[in-house]
Amino acid sequence: METVSIRRYYVWQLPVRVYHWVNAVCVTVLCVTGYLIGSPLALQSSSEASFGYWFGTVRFVHFVTAFVFFFNFVGRIYWGFAGNSYARWNNFLVFRKSQWREIIEVLKVDILQAKAQPLESIGHNALASLTYFLTFIAFLFQCMTGFGMYAAMSDSWLPQLFAWIVPVMGGDFAVRQWHHMAMWFFIIFSFIHVYLVFYHDYVEGRGVLSSMVGGWKFIEKEKGKN
Amino acid sequence: MEEKMLTVYEQMQSRGYSRRDFLRFCSWMGALIGVEATGLARVVHALETKPRVPVVWFHFQECTCCSESFIRSSHPIVADILLDKISLDYTETLQAAAGKQAEEALHATMKKYKGEYLMLCEGSVPTEADGVYCCIAGRTALDIVKEAAEGAKAIVAWGSCASNGCIQGAKPNPTGATPIHKIVTGKPIINVPGCPPIGEVMAGTIVHLLAFDRIPQLDGLGRPKAFYSRRVHDTCYRRPNYDAGLFVESFDDENAKRGYCLYKVGCRGPVTYNACGVMRWNNGVSYPIQSGHGCIGCSEANFWDNGPFYQHLASFPGFGIETTADKIGVAVGAATLAGMAAHAISTNIRKRHEIKKDQNEQDKKGGA
Repeated sequence: METVSIRRYYVWQLPVRVYHWVNAVCVTVLCVTGYLIGSPLALQSSSEASFGYWFGTVRFVHFVTAFVFFFNFVGRIYWGFAGNSYARWNNFLVFRKSQWREIIEVLKVDILQAKAQPLESIGHNALASLTYFLTFIAFLFQCMTGFGMYAAMSDSWLPQLFAWIVPVMGGDFAVRQWHHMAMWFFIIFSFIHVYLVFYHDYVEGRGVLSSMVGGWKFIEKEKGKN
Repeated sequence: MEEKMLTVYEQMQSRGYSRRDFLRFCSWMGALIGVEATGLARVVHALETKPRVPVVWFHFQECTCCSESFIRSSHPIVADILLDKISLDYTETLQAAAGKQAEEALHATMKKYKGEYLMLCEGSVPTEADGVYCCIAGRTALDIVKEAAEGAKAIVAWGSCASNGCIQGAKPNPTGATPIHKIVTGKPIINVPGCPPIGEVMAGTIVHLLAFDRIPQLDGLGRPKAFYSRRVHDTCYRRPNYDAGLFVESFDDENAKRGYCLYKVGCRGPVTYNACGVMRWNNGVSYPIQSGHGCIGCSEANFWDNGPFYQHLASFPGFGIETTADKIGVAVGAATLAGMAAHAISTNIRKRHEIKKDQNEQDKKGGA
């Protein structure tokens, strides 16, 4: 029987893990409240408007969560410069040839369901890096369009930074439309992300699922040279 | 044409208005453009002493609803003085002169008051086919705009046509209808969108120019902040229903009778910047939402393409007219879930092999 010796690597530092879960909660809350803002529930109520504020509350939660989401994102960018090698900003830029080879490798495993070869990467695999880079762009887009719309009803300096997006995109309607479409990116991303984490844990057995809780990953020893 | 430029006050006097009428007019206008009580003296002083500003008023691709709205602004003197007198120099719809005389009047004003006159534009300018879709006196609107803008002190783009293209600019925009600010550069341009803009908003913009001799504070889209800084939604009297989550579901339901918020039947109030909720229309009688119909966002760019009007989300480009981003999102989401399910099944079949192999090996080891 072949014996695979495994080494435990501390990959995700505490700030990365905290960021991940704060982000997960924020995205969930933002998608749910955002969807409700777009298509509010039908209420047949004969009460006066002054007795209710549920829709106002939904919007308030959306806005507050958006601020948390934004600063959490800013914190992650900072950690991209201060964190360990797995958290560094350059993980998310896939320019090296070896990274593209790995992307093809991962696609083979994910889509063609080829037998998993142990990957070079210990942190994010190259395909995940590319995907997260795209999600960062989506975060930025969602912050810009969201705060851009919010700017008109706020004196706070942060939304004002994004007020210029409204004239650029041709008015609030277009901004809202794009903001709403981008929400679906987050929803679909979340589905696939959660599934693939389960999948990789399932076929690789490197403990990727628990790594975002404890920070440890379990890597085959001969691959753990780098 | 008059030789000496009279002030607004002198003109009012010559038409039989009293000092009291004049002051009332000034306070009305002061309130409209949002000056404080202490600033009112400046308005009065300006209209008393400054000679009237020469004005040329052009009509291009439009329906004249802006002029109609303007002459119906609630204070009669506004129309009387500002339109009848102020823009006497040239305005196709209301001038007595026609043909050669009209052209002469226009060119005389443009020559005599070069750099001083106000240029008011109603309508968009077609740019396709060298602009032949709109010609006045044998010249294209494009030529006329460029020539008149050259010597203008400032330009006011009346209505959505002139400020964002409005219906003429809707897809596929066969005439290449273009708003003024995309044709003229290097001149102060005030956009006063709306189809039409509220008469008082138009009057207020003009009075601001007359009284302060400089353009009012503008937002990112060149609109006077005094009138366009807030959404229709933010000043809507139905807003409490929105916050309470009380919505009209269809125009004939109980909620519509109760006057709930029209958000779900496509009201564009939340994305439309205008003063309708505050100033209202026809001497402050009503505005669309008060009459039970959602705002269609007529003062916003591309409102005609952001349809259907009775749907909160626009239809998704490239799909059917009823298909919103939500429907597509749900379809993609369902496809993703289905794909994941299929993937999970095949993964399990594959993993079974591996587990079996491992089991066999362990059994062998145990047996040895």
